Amino acid sequence: MLRDKACIVGIGETPFCRKPGSGLSEMGIQLKAAMAAIEDAGLKPADIDGIMPFPNVGKAEAFAAELGCTNLRFAATLHMGGAAPVASLRAAAMAVATGVAEHVLVPGGWNGYSGARVRETAANDVDSIPGGAIARDFYLPFGLTAPPQWYALMARRHMHEFGTTEEQLGAVAIAMRRHAQLNPAAVMHGKPLDMAQYLAAPMISSPYRLFDCSLETDGAAAFIVTSAERARDLRQRPVFIMGTAASQPYPADEICGRPDFHRIGLTSAAPEAFRMAGVTPQDADFAQIYDCFTFELIQQLEEAGFCARGEGGAFVENGGIELGGRLPVNTHGGLLSQAHVLGISHVVEAVRQLRGEADARQVPAAEIGVVTGWGDFGDGSIAILRR
Amino acid sequence: MSEVPAGYGKPLPAPSGLAGEFYRWCAQGELRIQRCTGCGRHRHVPREMCAHCGASESTWSRVSGSGKVFSWTEVVRPLHPAFADDAPYAPVIVELDEGVRLLTRVIDCAPAALEVDMPVELALTQVTDGVWLPFFRRAGD
Repeated sequence: MLRDKACIVGIGETPFCRKPGSGLSEMGIQLKAAMAAIEDAGLKPADIDGIMPFPNVGKAEAFAAELGCTNLRFAATLHMGGAAPVASLRAAAMAVATGVAEHVLVPGGWNGYSGARVRETAANDVDSIPGGAIARDFYLPFGLTAPPQWYALMARRHMHEFGTTEEQLGAVAIAMRRHAQLNPAAVMHGKPLDMAQYLAAPMISSPYRLFDCSLETDGAAAFIVTSAERARDLRQRPVFIMGTAASQPYPADEICGRPDFHRIGLTSAAPEAFRMAGVTPQDADFAQIYDCFTFELIQQLEEAGFCARGEGGAFVENGGIELGGRLPVNTHGGLLSQAHVLGISHVVEAVRQLRGEADARQVPAAEIGVVTGWGDFGDGSIAILRR
Repeated sequence: MSEVPAGYGKPLPAPSGLAGEFYRWCAQGELRIQRCTGCGRHRHVPREMCAHCGASESTWSRVSGSGKVFSWTEVVRPLHPAFADDAPYAPVIVELDEGVRLLTRVIDCAPAALEVDMPVELALTQVTDGVWLPFFRRAGD
């Protein structure tokens, strides 16, 4: 039982940008975020004895060498795509709660705009594409090559079974954009979006239009996990990990043949995490939901238990997920309107909210927040945090 | 059967392993789906063992080729250069009468005409000298 045994004690982020790019290497930009998180915690780089890099953007050995971590006791990368940061949060909590490590750094970041574009590279490397040889042999020959296409198949079926509408997908995009107007760090700050603009945008892979798709940006973020005892001695008011879990859809490596087409990793992970935390979804003051595409946010709201399966479309309408609504979601603007930082920024924003440092977008008196990750063909992770 | 297009530049399945066996049946003009010798269940994509009963033996069972559309997406903005000239095109999940689902395309049907539950039938199509892909078409067309 991990409840309240571990805390997030440091957060760090770089600026986010598209043109002209960060001007830094992918390791360089991640080190900037890592150093900011270490400083925020009141630690020195040499205090870090655990590192959990995001898949394919840097090795723990390289981080340790750069930072001067001379005693790297715990290093692992979880291959769950965008679900990795929150799953790493869980693994880091396990490590510090058992004494395997004392201060675990979870960094992530990339030049998602100025470097290679994931939308075009996803199909090139059979070892890094979810499903591996299955995707090569049974998806790529038919033109199913990239994330918006995989997930659009899920969205279309949901629309058929439950009547989810394009305007409900649009409500997600618009909510994220409204939150970005309150966040000067967001790439879409100063660029509001309304439903007419949403519906007029070019179709990418139906039902996904341009603004259903997350941004491609340069940026990095990081957080630091330590034990509850150690957290008392550090600079920041700790954010406690009340409950956390991660799981996978079945089968995780193939989308089409799933016996329950709508079951994702979060379907089993979320109840486990809420049980551990001893709270219910209705106790959450806000949620940071991995929003690679608009429908995935709706699906995760359903499968995490914020509403019943099929009711997510209605849940997000009429400002339901905006600040002041029943559940403010992605108060930073999310992957859709802040920046795509691989899901690490969802953790960072949750910590800001629970510290009361979210400025114009602060959820009043926020005590409990939920953060999720989504990756590959529907892998899921979740953490329930409290101040 | 359609003519083999010259210079076919799209991704092809690997000719090895269980996928190779699946596509070799396609090249012989037959859609065959793995069927567990232990419990009789069909399964796709091919696997080494049956997740229901644990049996490792299976046969390649010829299926009707009849099914219906389960889901689809219309790709308007292709994200792989090999499909740039195909757009708009639609990857489609078809559920066969035998219960298994596979990712395919429905040829001779504009993406805008696709509907969930639309009946379809097998349209095995030769794309290179050795490779036939199990496309589908609208049933009765």
